[in-house]
Amino acid sequence: MSFDGDLTRSTAAALAAAIKGGDVTATEVTQAHLDRIAKVDEKVHAFLHVDTEGALAKAAEVDAKRARGEKLGPLAGVPLALKDVFTTKGVPTTCGSKMLQGWVPPYDATVTRRLREADVVILGKTNMDEFAMGSSTENSAYGVTHNPWDLTRIPGGSGGGSSASLAAFEAPLAIGTDTGGSIRQPASVTGTVGVKPTYGGVSRYGLVAFSSSLDQGGPCARTVLDAALLHAAIAGHDPMDSTSIDLPVPDVVAAARLADIKGMRIGVVKQFDGDGYQDGVRQRFHESVDLLRELGATIVEVDCPSFDYALPAYYLIAPSECSSNLARFDAMRYGRRVGDDGVNGVEEVTSLSREAGFGPEVKRRIMLGTYALSSGYYDAYYGSAQQVRTLIMRDFDRAFADVDVLVSPTTPTTAFKIGERADDPMAMYLADLCTIPSNMAGNAGMSVPVGLAPDDGLPVGLQIIAPAMADDRLYRVGSAVEAALNGKWGRPLIEEVPAL
Amino acid sequence: MSTSTVNLPSYEDALATYDPVMGLEVHVELGTVTKMFCGCPTAFGADPNTQTCPTCLGLPGALPVVNTKAIESAIRIGLALNCEIAEWCRFARKNYFYPDMPKNFQTSQYDEPIAFNGYLDIEAAGKTWRIEIERAHMEEDTGKSTHVGGATGRIHGAEYSLVDYNRAGIPLIEIVTKPITGTGEHAPEVARAYVAELRELIKALGVSEARMELGQMRCDANVSLRPIGREKFGTRSETKNVNSLRSVERAVTFEIRRHAAVLNAGDTVIQETRHFHENDGTTSPGRVKEEAEDYRYFPEPDLVPVAPARTWVDELRGTLPELPSVRRNRLQAEWGATDHDMQSIQNAGAVDLIVQTVSLGAPADQARKWWMGELARHANEQEAELGDLAITPAQVAELVTLTTAGTLNDKLARQVIVGVLAGEGSPKQVVAARGLAVVSDDGALLAAIDEAIAKFPDAADKVRGGNQGPAGQLIGAVMKTTRGQADAARVRELLLERLSG
Ligand SMILES: [Zn+2]
Repeated sequence: MSFDGDLTRSTAAALAAAIKGGDVTATEVTQAHLDRIAKVDEKVHAFLHVDTEGALAKAAEVDAKRARGEKLGPLAGVPLALKDVFTTKGVPTTCGSKMLQGWVPPYDATVTRRLREADVVILGKTNMDEFAMGSSTENSAYGVTHNPWDLTRIPGGSGGGSSASLAAFEAPLAIGTDTGGSIRQPASVTGTVGVKPTYGGVSRYGLVAFSSSLDQGGPCARTVLDAALLHAAIAGHDPMDSTSIDLPVPDVVAAARLADIKGMRIGVVKQFDGDGYQDGVRQRFHESVDLLRELGATIVEVDCPSFDYALPAYYLIAPSECSSNLARFDAMRYGRRVGDDGVNGVEEVTSLSREAGFGPEVKRRIMLGTYALSSGYYDAYYGSAQQVRTLIMRDFDRAFADVDVLVSPTTPTTAFKIGERADDPMAMYLADLCTIPSNMAGNAGMSVPVGLAPDDGLPVGLQIIAPAMADDRLYRVGSAVEAALNGKWGRPLIEEVPAL
Repeated sequence: MSTSTVNLPSYEDALATYDPVMGLEVHVELGTVTKMFCGCPTAFGADPNTQTCPTCLGLPGALPVVNTKAIESAIRIGLALNCEIAEWCRFARKNYFYPDMPKNFQTSQYDEPIAFNGYLDIEAAGKTWRIEIERAHMEEDTGKSTHVGGATGRIHGAEYSLVDYNRAGIPLIEIVTKPITGTGEHAPEVARAYVAELRELIKALGVSEARMELGQMRCDANVSLRPIGREKFGTRSETKNVNSLRSVERAVTFEIRRHAAVLNAGDTVIQETRHFHENDGTTSPGRVKEEAEDYRYFPEPDLVPVAPARTWVDELRGTLPELPSVRRNRLQAEWGATDHDMQSIQNAGAVDLIVQTVSLGAPADQARKWWMGELARHANEQEAELGDLAITPAQVAELVTLTTAGTLNDKLARQVIVGVLAGEGSPKQVVAARGLAVVSDDGALLAAIDEAIAKFPDAADKVRGGNQGPAGQLIGAVMKTTRGQADAARVRELLLERLSG
């Protein structure tokens, strides 16, 4: 038995093959990652909870299966970091909030269950902005996560723990959720791959809701193929989620292996360029568009005027839904309870628990949403925002009538400094400017690394957007870009991450 | 603090000045096997919190899935209420805080109900009233709180509360009437008849047992008064969770009197919810609605719209049973009952009881006689519904058989009823245990007759002389001796025979 190279720097596909081929055991792979976490997570703080016991038990189970000659799945024995927003039976789930401190769910999310069924080894739960509200992971109640490319910078958010765990080589795979960009933006600023599948493509059962009509779980990885393998493992209809789509999952793995975009028509969104975009980001983006053309695609400019209203509309819809979704946190049945002194009544206890349990951004959004839904304001705020949503869908429909996919920068800037935007919610919100329209329309998006910005040396992501249930196109384009750039650079961009 | 009736104007005086307007909201728990949005069972009476899951406990991450059977029931109710059925409708979240509501919002329907614009014809006070239905919509029930300690049994003042979530998520249909006007003095009667008719309809549809005492059907009664002749409605009060037909009638009656007192004093009625008190028939204020409560309704994003196919709706229309009013007309003809009889039977909730008794072999007139006579009297005494008496249609049928066979006379039968209601067993068992059978042995009767003749010789002579008047005194004496267990007709026969000889 031998495995050539560092287990923690390997791809998921290679690890799975090595485990299947007997070159390495799942236990060795898992232990290597646990060791890596023990070594570097102090600096990165990607994990809120490391489930050493559970991970090693699962790995042993995979090794036993193999020893018995049972067939192993495509990701059997491969470690994964799970965003702490998915419920895990018997393993704490906090959503980055003090409100859920100490809560151990009695049930598995569908994504969790499917990962277990695929024999993926869940290493632990990753840090996130509280209840997935934020773009920097600074809103976590348990401390910020640091970007492995530069520890003074944010790893993106809300899924900063998941993206950082990949860039820090603590896990080859991670799961995120994307409500306004929380998978794609972290992927972009950490030089990793992140995919928001079509809304309804991956079950939301057991995903603690931020904004139900926008939330979507999805795969995070260091390569497009790894993301596709993970996508295939978690996607598909779930009768427990009414909004889950009952159609076959597009063959994303085949698309990732195809890596060929000859003859595709690719639209460049006119609205996502110009003022407010970092020069280095624009430069890498324009080079990417040139590359797509070189690879045989036809490039056209696409006008999506309503995208200009996506951000304000999003900040009405998401808080509205969140104000209702988070109402259940009343400290009655689970979670942290404050002020239960035998004198305070139920309303006081709820109020004190919420005061202590929710952070400022969560409170801000609950208040915004409560206001937007209140009688007399509903039509002007929530109602108008839904109309904007319809307009955004129409812009996409018109665009996709002409092109196969759309591209844009994933986020207007590279990773900003920790603390830089913490006191400026509006600046923070702009990080999701390019990613929000896909959530509003429910289609699919990917961020794939396209180099380091020449002005600050930090990773830049290319966003690819495909129509609903055409997720395979993301992988086709993403893998073609990845292969071309790897060829050009001689090795994957992720190898440039400084040693920790 | 409940308002006492002492200082209220009489009902008649109130109605001489004011015209009542009602709005009735009836919640019906559907009898589906599983809950509205999860697979938990709905069976009544299980240990607290044993019929729960992440979804109906509102655990973080859990999601609802609509129970198709509940939608089917809702559509059938809508069709039976002559409603239009929405081609496309959504669930909505009704946001408010209450400890027994797991998500702190109720999944309900707002401006897109599954059924709307219908009516239900009912009979009360000798005429037919068309009650217009505004809407029937689907929603989920809340958990059930028990407030421990404190004087009122309500949350305020309690030491602590226990919550049972078994009921949380049980499917409910809320049926809302349009304002009911023009009922005048008959308002309480109409309210009761409407709820009774609705209950019959729900039961006939088989969508719920609609047992009000178990909370499977609950009525919120909105009442307002306006001076007679005025167009504009007065301020309404909403008396919540009125849980029997009798209480519906009493609550409306009381509120009419209370509102009249307030208006007579020149005050304004406060818009508020009120609680009804079974013990004295009064209501007391619940929470005051200082401003209209803002439920911040918005479409439920966790559920997809409901779009029942027209073919399905038509199919369901085909499954509607004989509606209670049609059935009642048929039964009325079969039983040869007058309109008035039939209405009393209906109001007493006796239709099914009589039908069942007849199906077990009793003649209809006998079944009616016992249910609407002696048994109705007992129900009234116990302040209970007829159907809640501790006697079954089978037992009544047995009683009828015993009287028809002459084993019991009416007086004895009434004693048997007392025994059955007291839990002493079936009529036959009560007859045996209490030794109540009619004395049918002529020898024993003749001995008693001779005793009576000896005791009242004057009366006997008069009868011998052809004057039958005093025979009653002699028969009475015989009945007394036999402790009422004689057949009076046979006694008369034997007596006259004896004295003519
Ligand atoms: Zn349940």
